[in-house]
Amino acid sequence: MRRLFDDELADLDTSFKEMGLLVAERLHEAVQAFLDHDREAAQRIIDDDKAINQREIALEKKTFEMIALYQPVTTDLREIVTILKAVSVLERIGDNARNIALSTIAIKGTKRVPEIEELIGSTGEIVAKMVSEVLTYYVNDDARGSQSMAEIALDVSQRTAKIRDLAVDSMKLDPELVSSSTDYLVIGGYLKRTSDYVTDIAEWIIYKRTGKIVELNPGQSSFI
Amino acid sequence: MTDKILTTENVRLYYGKKEALHGINLDYDQYGITALIGPSGSGKSTYLRALNRMHDLNEGVTVNGTFLFKGKDIYSPSTDTVELRKQIGMVFQQPNPFPFSIYDNVAFGLRISGMKDKAQVDEIVETSLKQAAVWDEVKDTLHKSALSLSGGQQQRVSIARALATSPEILLLDEPTSALDPVSAHLVENTLLEIRDKYTLIIVTHSMSQASRISDRTAFFMNGNLVEVNDTKKIFLDPDQKETQDYISGRFG
Repeated sequence: MRRLFDDELADLDTSFKEMGLLVAERLHEAVQAFLDHDREAAQRIIDDDKAINQREIALEKKTFEMIALYQPVTTDLREIVTILKAVSVLERIGDNARNIALSTIAIKGTKRVPEIEELIGSTGEIVAKMVSEVLTYYVNDDARGSQSMAEIALDVSQRTAKIRDLAVDSMKLDPELVSSSTDYLVIGGYLKRTSDYVTDIAEWIIYKRTGKIVELNPGQSSFI
Repeated sequence: MTDKILTTENVRLYYGKKEALHGINLDYDQYGITALIGPSGSGKSTYLRALNRMHDLNEGVTVNGTFLFKGKDIYSPSTDTVELRKQIGMVFQQPNPFPFSIYDNVAFGLRISGMKDKAQVDEIVETSLKQAAVWDEVKDTLHKSALSLSGGQQQRVSIARALATSPEILLLDEPTSALDPVSAHLVENTLLEIRDKYTLIIVTHSMSQASRISDRTAFFMNGNLVEVNDTKKIFLDPDQKETQDYISGRFG
């Protein structure tokens, strides 16, 4: 039977996916701007963050309305709750993209470490890809795919650990690298946080699909 | 000038000397669904029935106030109530098919208004049954008694009968409360299908029905209109505490 609720849920779904794609794109751009030392691009990302926040607010408002007007139950309720939870996570991923952009502007040291920057670049790509992949799993209601996020998150945390080790080594080696290496540490942290957020979304997709709340994070709670 | 299809101002209704409605002001845009909600005895059905002069036949009922349908006074002595009720139709709580065929039920209003052209009647019967979303279920049995249909089908045939006379406004007095949930859902869907072409005013005891299908909700209590607003506003953040208490099930 056709229900008005289904049409509205489909709209909500579309807006959620759009927001997700926007966030994935911002993250990708933020990492690229950092690698290119492109302060103008970084500034654009910072300015655009408002748009992401507004989308979050609009989506939250819509979910409240749908709960109030339709009192959804079972899978409908889980879908709405999943979006309500995941949308805050997307917003925080957007904040991380902004934070990486802020670091790109703030970075003072002119002396860089190409090896670390390469690692940040490739890790950033993986994390941005995680964001768009988890959205695909959301669209396809794919619990198994969502579960695979745990492995990628583990890889990301190993990479960020490596970024940390390299940054600390370079600081020990050359005081002129302390400033840039500190930024490497911070950005590594943002990337790791973002990958944790993606696994949070993956957990909510599994909840939507199965009704079970699972823990996918690899369990390393250090910032980086 | 007004772009409202129906306006009601300072509506007071008396059963004998007892005032049952204490000055209701409410108006309606063309098209869309307005839900009238409120506890039993709040006056919502009494108000609804005043809109097409259903109280006329009850001695001892006095209706005061201004009722304008497209700018014309509904209670003017010159108003033809048969004509009025064609334009402002009514669907009741109990499906009330006449004890004759489905076809004749829907054609009833057309015949009393003198339409004789069979092809034309055929066409309107079909369109009305389609609009009421019951055509597919009855098209092969149009000449069977309407009483043989299920409750939900009977109610949709009742809606088709009301639609056949091309009303502009349809009043619905708890149209699904005598139906099982599946039939109620089908009737709700029918209302959603036709809300772009008609102005629907529905009295309902079901909060979830009001929130699901209506564009605007009016909350009645003790013969007063407490609050009227967009349904979203009423169900998320009503202005009045009584509204909040009622729709969250704290009383009533």
